[in-house]
Amino acid sequence: MKKLLAAVTALMMAAWVQAAPIDTYEFSDAESRARGIALAAELRCPQCQNQNLHDSNSPIALDMRLQVYEMVEEGKSNAEIVTYFTDRYGDFVRYRPAFDPRTYILWLGPVLFLIAGGAIAVAFARRQRAEAAGQVEVSQQDKERLAKLLDQDKRNG
Amino acid sequence: MKRAVLFIPLGIFAVLSLFLFKGLFLDPSKLESVLVGKPVPAFELESLEDASKRWTHEDLEGEVYLINIWATWCPSCKYEHPFLNQLKRRGEIKIYGVNYRDERQPAIRYLANSGDPYHKNIFDPEGSLAFDMGVYGAPETYVVDHNGIVRHRFAGVLEPQVWARDFRPLIEQIRAEAAAEGKS
Repeated sequence: MKKLLAAVTALMMAAWVQAAPIDTYEFSDAESRARGIALAAELRCPQCQNQNLHDSNSPIALDMRLQVYEMVEEGKSNAEIVTYFTDRYGDFVRYRPAFDPRTYILWLGPVLFLIAGGAIAVAFARRQRAEAAGQVEVSQQDKERLAKLLDQDKRNG
Repeated sequence: MKRAVLFIPLGIFAVLSLFLFKGLFLDPSKLESVLVGKPVPAFELESLEDASKRWTHEDLEGEVYLINIWATWCPSCKYEHPFLNQLKRRGEIKIYGVNYRDERQPAIRYLANSGDPYHKNIFDPEGSLAFDMGVYGAPETYVVDHNGIVRHRFAGVLEPQVWARDFRPLIEQIRAEAAAEGKS
């Protein structure tokens, strides 16, 4: 029983092991380490497309990864580092595209869809509620007729 | 009027299908090159044959030429090598070789055995020049004009069909431009 427990515990701990390329690069502090890793995850490997610099094992991804780390250590800003790569490999390497006229539809599209969808939903709900409440649209013509009828009624009464 | 509204989803679907259908025929390995229209990046690297000799970007200037990125570890480079040799034999164009992330001795041996199509051999073991050029694999071939501006980038095996389709017309055009500018 004890052995089984140990085996199960060991298996559960295996989930903690993360499969990532082993880099021996040492950052000077935790902050630049976090920044370097975040940046490398945001850049795409040009060789094995659809993988970021961490996921890819290709030599060029390793080069690029190290370049990112070195530039982080040099204290370069995120924007500077990303520009360094887009100058060489194009906008393709960015997993998070820049916000410029070419990408407005990409960035703002979802917002527009949300607004349009919301507007449709609100209009739909209003109409449903109005129908449920038994409200009827009364046209000008009907109103005039009603007024006439009421008038007649009054005179007769 | 009400009826027309019902057709909006169909319209959206049609537009989306059109884009996705077009996407089926795009070649994902064909990346834009940022370098096209820009000068060859500055560099200073050792000559492949002679470690004491250094080549810089200034050694490349002069006329329309090719820069070919290659390595002995790269099978496709071996595949295109005979064609590069042929280009040299025909005297079509000057080719500068960049030996990319390779070892010196095997590279020298390879050129001795299989022929050396290159006008000059640049040794780039760290891939630093290649990195600045946006190289992500070998082989890659660049066309550079008389002003040292990169005009075309081709990733993959340089074959006669590709040469006839993409390279020869461009090279003729650049030669004509150079002649017009009185530089050739």
